[in-house]
Amino acid sequence: MATIRVQAEDFDAAAEAAALTRGRADIGAVVTFVGLCRDEGGRLAQLEIEHYPGMAEQELARVAQEAETRWPLLGATIVHRFGAIAPGAQIVLVVTASAHRGAAFAAADFLMDYLKTRAPFWKRAHRRGGGVEDWVEAKSSDSEAAARWRAGD
Amino acid sequence: MKAVYFAWVRERIGKAEEEIAPPADVATVGELIAWLSARGDEYAHAFEKARIIRAAIDRTHVKHDAKIAGAREIAFFPPMTGG
Repeated sequence: MATIRVQAEDFDAAAEAAALTRGRADIGAVVTFVGLCRDEGGRLAQLEIEHYPGMAEQELARVAQEAETRWPLLGATIVHRFGAIAPGAQIVLVVTASAHRGAAFAAADFLMDYLKTRAPFWKRAHRRGGGVEDWVEAKSSDSEAAARWRAGD
Repeated sequence: MKAVYFAWVRERIGKAEEEIAPPADVATVGELIAWLSARGDEYAHAFEKARIIRAAIDRTHVKHDAKIAGAREIAFFPPMTGG
């Protein structure tokens, strides 16, 4: 059963990873992925992330469940932030734990690919100097990244 | 039923949610989009590229051919850009 949180506050990746392994010795591998707010060319004042409350949590849980059916996970945590995010700040956390690294790496990769195309979050860039940029456009590379997990199904 | 809108769909329509009562012959999500589009310029603008608009019924992703009968909440939004 994965831990899913959607929150405005920042998160502590190390503490989340430690919480997955605390008190157990059957986990041989933990993969922690943190997605950051990237500023291209020093023009970004902040990102604004909108989400669909209720569905965002539900969809992240569905994606985690899907990962659990594909790999022998011993724990998984997804935290996704919303609201104003400063350049360089953390946006999303995926932690996967398994007996061996192969499953932990693959599941973390899968979770990121899937949540990008399924979880209801939308980013908008605010420029330095007060301008609001348009909403960030979905990339076809993200759909293709998600689709590779379906190949051969 | 309640219609909810997100991101630029919400901005173009000018509201985050509203109660809607489509006629009985509006059976699918795609037909609902067409019906909403005819309500005014703001809706027509929001749904001008109807093909790329995503929908969810009661917080579950659905395709445009999904039936809307029994839905309590229908959401419309652009392709997602989280992560």
